[in-house]
Amino acid sequence: MTNEQNISNNTVPDSMSQVGIIAKYTFLDYLRSRRFFVLLIITVLIGVILTVLVHFRSAAFTSSNLDFYSSYWGSAVTFVIILSGIFFGGDAVSGEFQNKTGYFTIPNPIRRSSIYIGKWLAAFVASTVMFAIFAVFTIATGAYFFGSNIPYQFGESLLFALLYLAAVLSFTFFFSSMFKSSVISVIVTVILFFFVFNLLDSFVLPLAGIEPWFIITYGAGIIGNVLTSPFPPHGPLSAPLGPRRLITLSTFNATIPEGLAILALYFIITAIIGLYLFEKKEFT
Amino acid sequence: MSLTDVPTIEAIKLTKRFGSFVAVSELNLKLEGAKCVGFLGPNGAGKTTTLKMFTDLIRSSSGEALINGINVHTSKKAALTSVGALIETPEIYPSLTPREALMMIAEIRGIPADQRLMNIETAVAEVRMEEWIDKRVGRMSKGMKQRINIASVLISNPKILLLDEPTTGLDPRGMTEVREIIKGLKTKQRLIFMSSHLLGEVSDVCDEVAMIDHGKLLIYDTIFNVTSKFAGGQDMVEVGFQRPVDEGILSKTIGNLSGVVSTSKRDDRNITIKFTGGSATQERLLSDLVRLNIGVISYRPSSIELEDAYLKLVTATL
Repeated sequence: MTNEQNISNNTVPDSMSQVGIIAKYTFLDYLRSRRFFVLLIITVLIGVILTVLVHFRSAAFTSSNLDFYSSYWGSAVTFVIILSGIFFGGDAVSGEFQNKTGYFTIPNPIRRSSIYIGKWLAAFVASTVMFAIFAVFTIATGAYFFGSNIPYQFGESLLFALLYLAAVLSFTFFFSSMFKSSVISVIVTVILFFFVFNLLDSFVLPLAGIEPWFIITYGAGIIGNVLTSPFPPHGPLSAPLGPRRLITLSTFNATIPEGLAILALYFIITAIIGLYLFEKKEFT
Repeated sequence: MSLTDVPTIEAIKLTKRFGSFVAVSELNLKLEGAKCVGFLGPNGAGKTTTLKMFTDLIRSSSGEALINGINVHTSKKAALTSVGALIETPEIYPSLTPREALMMIAEIRGIPADQRLMNIETAVAEVRMEEWIDKRVGRMSKGMKQRINIASVLISNPKILLLDEPTTGLDPRGMTEVREIIKGLKTKQRLIFMSSHLLGEVSDVCDEVAMIDHGKLLIYDTIFNVTSKFAGGQDMVEVGFQRPVDEGILSKTIGNLSGVVSTSKRDDRNITIKFTGGSATQERLLSDLVRLNIGVISYRPSSIELEDAYLKLVTATL
């Protein structure tokens, strides 16, 4: 380094290569972080609890091969995905400001977009590890009860879940770009996914008879529904409201093309806006 | 940039507003060639904001920030290729080790694969962090992290260095070491632009000084010219002795040397001498003092002078 001939004659890699560099080291950081191990434990616990439930209440799970995958995988994978999104995406961008890690990377010859996309890729890979662990639990438990006969719909559901993961991460990165405080961005994301979206998707909008096509969790319904035969249609649903009253809700189920479109749009739109916000945001 | 190119940093009507508050106001400043320029000003004067505009951490409201003639805002990658920057006290991904964090920067900056390891180990040795190179950054103190940050600036051997109070968070030994590193870089044909609150640090390390207040440039010149301008035609040097200085030697022998206006004791072994006649007298005074054989061990322009100039300039703008 003290050699004069070496002065700054380096050729800076192209932006795609720099995306890979950021992704590699951010993933390494995730891999060794406490949050990775916490999420790993949560994912394993979910798998263990569901397996125990299958063992003791097998009738509810094992009436058919498809029912098993619907009950086991369909009921929990979206939870694993949302947790991954919150753990790896919730503060991914806001942390660059609040924790000042951005001061280490930004003043280098690298585009902000390369940092954003690299971090997104690292979060996607880290989340996919959790996702894969839960998929292994599902397949292993399914194999125990039904042998190696895995329904093709499970493959479809896996792909839909991966798209949902991409959309959730884009969404959490977008919220993370909006705030400079990691705590606020994580809390807002948790509230949206665990309360607001679920409430709107499952209760408020069906009660009002409005199809919630603009809500990401509605699109994610295809992950579980594809494991239901026949695929559930829209329709009225009566539910008791007190001892003598019935309430009629409109139940809505996105078709596979609709669900894919909703997830893809969430992925693309929030990715673009999130990236735009990160490009414009200042380290004051 | 080839080795023969002259490194430049240039602000052209550079302005930054935060709502109605003007942090930097139409700053025009051109730094050219291998030297160290101190960037001085009180808190909130606009020093860090200016350096942030040169590193894409914030965008200018108007005007241009150019590095080697390349606009940082429109061509960031090209502009920052030859720049190593340390702004505030950056944090490093806590689960990485210094070796990994520096490898990331080395890869981003395109240091050839066969040089990366050597550059990293040399830079880490320079900041005396060899023992910690494979420990996780999250377990390190603020001062240790700052040393790694300084190493990250050094690994690509940049032609231009932008340093925002680089000794922040360091213990006295660390501060001295960083100053020595910066002095060493000066001899390697670098353009160093360094903000600092420590006037002694600037007068010790830098050749020139730019002073800013309320977002406006007050003065940019050599330290000698700046101090001369505010010293009423008198300059000052600080002289250190091996042994306590006798009053008689101070007032009669040194006080009677040609060009000397006054002498005063800072402590038993350090004195300040006010003189007239500029750099010619300064040079002759040194040889006169050595010839007196009174144990002179250090001789440097006084930071008190720079402090005087700073206080006069900053007070004038309040």
